[in-house]
Amino acid sequence: MFKDITLGQYYQTDSILHRLDPRVKLVGTLVYIICLFVVDTFVGYFVCAAFLFAMIFLSNVPLGFIVRGMKGILILLLITMSFNLFLTPGEEIARLAFLKITREGLVFSIKMGFRLSLLVIGSSLMTLTTTPNQLTDAIESLLNPMKRFRVPVHEIAMMMSIALRFIPILMEETDKIMKAQIARGADFESRNLIKKMKSLVPLLVPLFISAFRRANDLAMAMEARCYHGGEGRTKMKPLIYKGRDRAAYFLLLAFFVVCLILRLVRLPFLS
Amino acid sequence: MIKIRELIHDYIKRDEEGNPAGTVRAIDDVSLDVKPGQFIAILGHNGSGKSTLAKHLNALLHPTEGTVWVNGMDTKDVQRVLDIRQTAGMVFQNPDNQIIGQVVEEDVGFGPENMGVPTEEIWERVEESLKAVGMYEYRKKSPNRLSGGQKQRVSIAGVIAMHPRCIVMDEPTAMLDPSGRRDVIDAAWTLNRGEDITIILITHYMEEAIRADHVFVMDKGRIAMQGTPREIFSRVEELQKLHLDVPQVTHLAHMLRQGGLDIPEGILTKEELAQALKKIGKAG
Repeated sequence: MFKDITLGQYYQTDSILHRLDPRVKLVGTLVYIICLFVVDTFVGYFVCAAFLFAMIFLSNVPLGFIVRGMKGILILLLITMSFNLFLTPGEEIARLAFLKITREGLVFSIKMGFRLSLLVIGSSLMTLTTTPNQLTDAIESLLNPMKRFRVPVHEIAMMMSIALRFIPILMEETDKIMKAQIARGADFESRNLIKKMKSLVPLLVPLFISAFRRANDLAMAMEARCYHGGEGRTKMKPLIYKGRDRAAYFLLLAFFVVCLILRLVRLPFLS
Repeated sequence: MIKIRELIHDYIKRDEEGNPAGTVRAIDDVSLDVKPGQFIAILGHNGSGKSTLAKHLNALLHPTEGTVWVNGMDTKDVQRVLDIRQTAGMVFQNPDNQIIGQVVEEDVGFGPENMGVPTEEIWERVEESLKAVGMYEYRKKSPNRLSGGQKQRVSIAGVIAMHPRCIVMDEPTAMLDPSGRRDVIDAAWTLNRGEDITIILITHYMEEAIRADHVFVMDKGRIAMQGTPREIFSRVEELQKLHLDVPQVTHLAHMLRQGGLDIPEGILTKEELAQALKKIGKAG
């Protein structure tokens, strides 16, 4: 059912980007997204794109694989672009029935297209090179200072990682229940929206009951293995910064500065 | 290792509004002793209270009356709960619902992490535990890709990594196919004989109880029968009254005996039956 979506998937291979500390990649993605909104010229987008393609090259993830993942957001992209294209007021350059295209709209919509595609590719590159587990570890470690404000950081991270572990199990279960209901004459193929909604009830009720039962079992199993919250817990795979992680942070900083300069220093021939 | 005296456990039954509406006695006056290094089998049909008993050994439940001691520690003592759970590890029935990690090795490391074991030692423990159950080659795999028997062996490894003195297995093979069952039971025996870990196996497969040192049969929350497997399985009629089967060979031997052949009670293996039949053949 969800096989086509590469967004949020992990691509298993070995590369410098895969080996990088997940915290660097998480912070890096955030910085990159901020940069995309800092720059507002075509030169700026070109720099961001160049940076991204360099990263893709380093990640050993085939470009085709990433591009295929873009299919999912193609419609969203087109809608956003056409809204910008037709609805920006300014100097009219073409007219299509009641829709008019303005020069400002054209420029803005192309920029928006760049920004969105770079944003999606950038963030999917992070999930392609980072396992969900590393990601939760990174979030736990980065949010750690929030513990002072009584934010249950460890619990949030634990919940995320358990949720991730159970997604495939619950999907399999959904499939099983669906087949069982079909065998008893349930209709999941109907195109009628109301019928479709109704047919979900015999699917969701058993799924929820089973999910609660599993949650109960799992809680007991965790307790049986001495789980008692984050206190006094050690890590099997602690996050430790290495030389390459520091280098990556430095590179990120440099990239951010370049983007800031591009924004602040207006070169007349580039705008 | 484990000492239970006059244990009673009541579950509180609730009506639809959640108000208590009476109690159900799941365990009724049970006393038993398990010596270190023993392989114990607890038999019983559904609802006989065997799973409830198992949860008492791990301090997941607390006695309504009576006392449970695990290695001298009273399970009612809140301070010692973690020590008790570390001493008596537990393996549950459904392998999917007890694996926490997304990678085999991370799951095995979960227990030691909770105990606060230093990182390097966790890795050592994970390696030795996975090797002990023969799952070391799978350490980088996702648990979702393993068969039921393999998952259950990973669960056992997760318990061994906590260095327990005793492992309680609550119907670990109920959801497995025959080859998965054999692997899990073999792993349990290897641990018992090799590492001297006390095993308490709760099951309703009689074949798994044949080699045990001592067998308890539970019914309606009480211990209905106890003794060596040979003693237990020679009482075929009694077992059938408790809705339990006997191993096929034992059943066959029993029927032959009833048919007039001179075969001793309590035959547990094919070899024993063959011997007994040969003897009759020679005599006749």
